[in-house]
Amino acid sequence: MHIPDGYLSTAVWTGMDALAAPAVIVIARQAQRRFDDARAPLLGVMGAFVFAAQMINFPAGVGTSAHLLGGALLAITLGAPAATVVMSAIIAIQALVFQDGGVLVMGANILNMAVVGVWAGYLPFRFAGATRWRSAAIFSGGALSVLVSAVCAMAELRLSGLPPKTLAVSALVFLISAPVEGAITLAVVKALDAIQPGFVRRPEPGRRWHSSVLAIGLTAVFLGAVGVLFSSAAPDGIEKLGLVSGMAGRVKVLPGTPFSGYEASFFTSPWMRKAAAGLAGLALIYGIGLAIGRVAAARKRSV
Amino acid sequence: MHHVVLERWSRQSSPMHRGDPRVKVLNLLVFLVVLSTAHRDLVQIAVALGGLLCCAIVWSRLPLMGALGRAAVVLPFSLAFAGVCWIAGDPTRGVHLAVKSYLSALAVLLVVSTTPLPALLRGLESMGAPRFLLMVAQFLYRYLFVISEEAQHMAKAAQSRGATAAGMMGRSARFRAAAGALAVLFARSYGRAAEIHRAMLARGFQGHLETLAALHFRKADLALAIAGMLGPVALRFAVERFC
Amino acid sequence: MQPLIEVRNLRYRYEDGTVALKGVDFRLDPGESVALFGANGSGKTTFVMHLNGLLGAEGGDGRATVSVCGMPVEKRNLAAIRRKIGMVFQDSESQLFMPTVLEDVAFGPLNLGLDPAAAVERARTALARTGMAEAAARAPYHLSAGEKRRVAIAGILAMDPEILVLDEPTTFLDPPARRSLAELLHNLPQAKILVTHDISFARSICTRAVFFLNGAVAATGSIGDVVEQFGWGFTPEKNAPGR
Repeated sequence: MHIPDGYLSTAVWTGMDALAAPAVIVIARQAQRRFDDARAPLLGVMGAFVFAAQMINFPAGVGTSAHLLGGALLAITLGAPAATVVMSAIIAIQALVFQDGGVLVMGANILNMAVVGVWAGYLPFRFAGATRWRSAAIFSGGALSVLVSAVCAMAELRLSGLPPKTLAVSALVFLISAPVEGAITLAVVKALDAIQPGFVRRPEPGRRWHSSVLAIGLTAVFLGAVGVLFSSAAPDGIEKLGLVSGMAGRVKVLPGTPFSGYEASFFTSPWMRKAAAGLAGLALIYGIGLAIGRVAAARKRSV
Repeated sequence: MHHVVLERWSRQSSPMHRGDPRVKVLNLLVFLVVLSTAHRDLVQIAVALGGLLCCAIVWSRLPLMGALGRAAVVLPFSLAFAGVCWIAGDPTRGVHLAVKSYLSALAVLLVVSTTPLPALLRGLESMGAPRFLLMVAQFLYRYLFVISEEAQHMAKAAQSRGATAAGMMGRSARFRAAAGALAVLFARSYGRAAEIHRAMLARGFQGHLETLAALHFRKADLALAIAGMLGPVALRFAVERFC
Repeated sequence: MQPLIEVRNLRYRYEDGTVALKGVDFRLDPGESVALFGANGSGKTTFVMHLNGLLGAEGGDGRATVSVCGMPVEKRNLAAIRRKIGMVFQDSESQLFMPTVLEDVAFGPLNLGLDPAAAVERARTALARTGMAEAAARAPYHLSAGEKRRVAIAGILAMDPEILVLDEPTTFLDPPARRSLAELLHNLPQAKILVTHDISFARSICTRAVFFLNGAVAATGSIGDVVEQFGWGFTPEKNAPGR
């Protein structure tokens, strides 16, 4: 799911970087809690844990084995903002040290896995973690974190012009690894409960409207991405989300690059432009919602 | 292991190793953008840029074949995608994917093999990347080896127990055993973080991690910057003009 | 002569209710070296963590007092107290948390408010003092257990403390490393508290011992007497193998 350099078109990776940067900065500040560095070692060590955890194999049926990806588990135990920071650090180290995932496209990978994936993994637990649906919430969190980030990645690849057949194969892999991640996450949380109940925090009460806004925003992004994936069959489908395209039309997604004259011609095809505009509009809504949520939270704390 | 090798390479000495990390990052970004945005004449551009990278690798006193081999980690993934693109009737895209991803990985590998990661992170901080995130990455890298070793021990222990009970233990039992191992590793990591925090407090930590050395930009770094940024651009212009 | 450390009636209870310390009295005079013996879980480490406020600085019951160099151990004095007491923990891996040895040893001086140049100077002096000057640029992960221990001690010495507290310093050390560590500690002028199981090691450095039993001090006196009293000496059987 780590997208390498060279797979995404310039418009897509610059757009994703432009979205990821403010999102990560804002979320990092929240994780840091009033500029105290004290949490950095904990988050760093837990990031190392996720790396190391990928060495432990879980039987996934028919002679295959799977390993933990970690976004949902981190969110449930450390909180979603901290999980975003840890996953971002992991993605950065993976790209730089292991050349797993690209550098220019790091914004896209971070957005998919550390932002959208983490929050998709956290929200079920946020809503149902203190009820008797806790296990189902944890399982679906794990599954959703993989599914949603995979769909976003595939949408970005599709927008960049990759033929649908390539994505079909990936889709199959993700459809299997999503429930596996859910199962692993749930099993580990249960084992953690047995060792020391304090590890898995209760979802904090109050400020539910934040999470509701986020849930709606995330669903919108998810549907947008799915829409992009299927829009080659029905290009007008996205345009029918009139509000979104209208808004997005006023957004300049493509920063001028010095080499834009050398771009391939696929961006002149009309459905691509609309799809890109649609997704950008949804992403903008999400970004604004996120920013509003954070500002409100900050104001509340300083009161 | 891959990161152990790169770590060793990064502590060697060469003109590239001595370069300011910020210059190397900027050069890398320019290279990646030049490569990534190329569409016409990609193969020729790739050959030229690849040649530039190989010269840089040799100039950095790194083993050329070793570096080329290590960058190939990205190939299985890309060749698979390229193959499917071929089948789907878009072979050029397949070639583009494979070539671009490989050369990009090689360029990143060059930078990381000539710059110890903590120095690289400090360079990124100086260039405006979010400080807290970089600190987390620094601690992550510091304890990456340590916790991976712990995990390896646990995996071996679980394996030896699983092997003796092979066939007797059902899949779900093995699943739960693996989950238990992960939970133990989680708890130990968490405990280690608490130990680190205690050690920090005991040495006067009051909430802010101070930085030690400032980075120094020298004349040689200016030359490296100019060469590194103009080189790829000039090569691409030349290829597109004359090929 | 004012004692360096004075503890009266220290009590401590964990969050889950278990009593860790039951009214401990303790005193450390300038230049003294004291060994703390006792079974695992007898409260030695818990006790020692009260000395620099890692535990108990929030107040606790009014009858207990812990004072270091005349200052009561409470929040407002912690910065000053942590200058006076240097603590080396059992797990050196968690204590050397910076990317390089030099950065780690300079961590303390930087927190004391020294500027980077002065901090580096202090760090290099401390490393030289512990015989680890060549390791300055290395990553802590690659050091041996004995080397890590020395760097940890350097990290404390760089803060110029009056009291050294070492928790199980001989853990993971082979006999030659133990010997050179004993020599190093023997030559340091600071007062010392040594939490240890290693009696011969303690004998080479400490003048008296305190024996912890179930959270209370059961005996104090010379090392020989205390060891004798609690049967902590190890005498092999006459016909034991390898004798």
